[in-house]
Amino acid sequence: MPTSGENIWSHKDLLGIEELTREEIELILDTAPQFVAVSERESGIKKVPLLQGRLVVNWFYEPSTRTRTSFELAAKRLSADTLSIAASSSSSVKGETLHDTLDNIEAMHSDVIILRHGAAGAPHILAARHKSHIINAGDGRHEHPTQALLDAFTMRNHIRALRGDPNAGLDGVRVALVGDIEHSRVARSNIMCLNKLGAKVTLCGPSTLMPACIERMGVDVTHKLKEAIDGADIIYSLRIQLERQADGLFPSLREYIRLFRIDTAALVHAKDDALVMHPGPINRDIELSTSVADGHRSVILEQVSNGVAIRMAVMHLLVNSGRKSR
Amino acid sequence: MTENFSSEQEATIVMDQATMADTLRRLAREIVNDNESLEDLALLGILRRGRPLADRLAALIGEMTGVTPPVGSLATTLYRDDFRGGIGSAVSKGNTHFEFNVDDRTILLVDDVLAAGRTIRAAMDEVMDYGRPRRIQLACLVDRGGRELPIQADYLGHSMATEANEWVTARLQEIDGEDGVFLTRLATEAEGA
Repeated sequence: MPTSGENIWSHKDLLGIEELTREEIELILDTAPQFVAVSERESGIKKVPLLQGRLVVNWFYEPSTRTRTSFELAAKRLSADTLSIAASSSSSVKGETLHDTLDNIEAMHSDVIILRHGAAGAPHILAARHKSHIINAGDGRHEHPTQALLDAFTMRNHIRALRGDPNAGLDGVRVALVGDIEHSRVARSNIMCLNKLGAKVTLCGPSTLMPACIERMGVDVTHKLKEAIDGADIIYSLRIQLERQADGLFPSLREYIRLFRIDTAALVHAKDDALVMHPGPINRDIELSTSVADGHRSVILEQVSNGVAIRMAVMHLLVNSGRKSR
Repeated sequence: MTENFSSEQEATIVMDQATMADTLRRLAREIVNDNESLEDLALLGILRRGRPLADRLAALIGEMTGVTPPVGSLATTLYRDDFRGGIGSAVSKGNTHFEFNVDDRTILLVDDVLAAGRTIRAAMDEVMDYGRPRRIQLACLVDRGGRELPIQADYLGHSMATEANEWVTARLQEIDGEDGVFLTRLATEAEGA
């Protein structure tokens, strides 16, 4: 339980894991459990009044069901009013700039903007000029900070339970990130988050899906699944973006499955208590076999539940103790 | 808001260990006399120092009647009204946790120091989100005055009038290693400058 959490949060926006210190990441993780409890209330109202009367706008330029739903639910459980703008139905198709669109949203007194955009840095550009709190819900191949936070929260909960230590952190915990690293903002945010929390990250995937010089981020790289899984506490499978196959980045799906799919056979090399995670949506039997995705090691649905709590924590911190304006 | 006081500040004892023990025993007696059906009674200690006080009251009620009411913890953090001005911490001192249903029960809120009454307002709102208690009561160790809401304790240990620059702090064995209530006079801005 944090005892000196006051005043260490000073961010107006959540743009990426890169901007956060270890202490700030831990503050978010420590703020989340009370929100897990709100969602788990068996009797009574699954809602708290922390963002009552605030306007939270979900503004998504890329398709997303999971993240958008999770943010919307998080805002609703904080009693905020929510609004969704899909890019396909907004004036962006008529040529309006991001700044102009946000000026118009802010003219209706928005408080929090959840932005997903295909261009890396889009939320940063908006945050510098607008007074709403901006949360990056994925910008190009750059970052997806709330995904990394909910992943770290899920990992930490399990490490604490496994070790019977309610204060255990991720120091020294071994995490294998497997799949398409090149196109994955989830991988990038997770690498930074896990590094800051003291975990040891190993990346695994075909060399065509592995960014050059990624070792500079402070990770190990292997192209053999067995090596990545051996000794890992957490095996994190990334989604293979099937649309990439057309780009010729891996010769055949069958080859990818043979070499990199996480299935029961591959898990023979894993520790007995190793966890399997995936950010969703899963390509069943491509990056992850059905028996593993639904198996006892999988905490994939817990990631989804924790996502709501982490997003509640982030919005609460930004609005109620963050910097009021730029 | 802090419970620490530096050594330069004079702390006056308002309630020593023996007086606190007597006071809690008296409060437990009043609670027993006032509640015909103890089976319906449940105590919620407001974190942090309300919780050990609730545990002690429940144990005393158990000694007196043979019925020990269930005890839970209330964080109130998610219901506070002081986030908007930027004051208050976003991080809870602990999580709300209780294993009884509040519907149709008498819920006794327990806190150490009653002042503005805003914590109690938050606590009532939080309890109501879990169901519909038959009634909610309040037990406090000390009332230091300075109310900002129409709230009063049903069971009160000690009442005192204080100035704005005076701070009343309860210290409890379970958390602070000693029992007592102290009055601290804080340096005013004029004096401090």
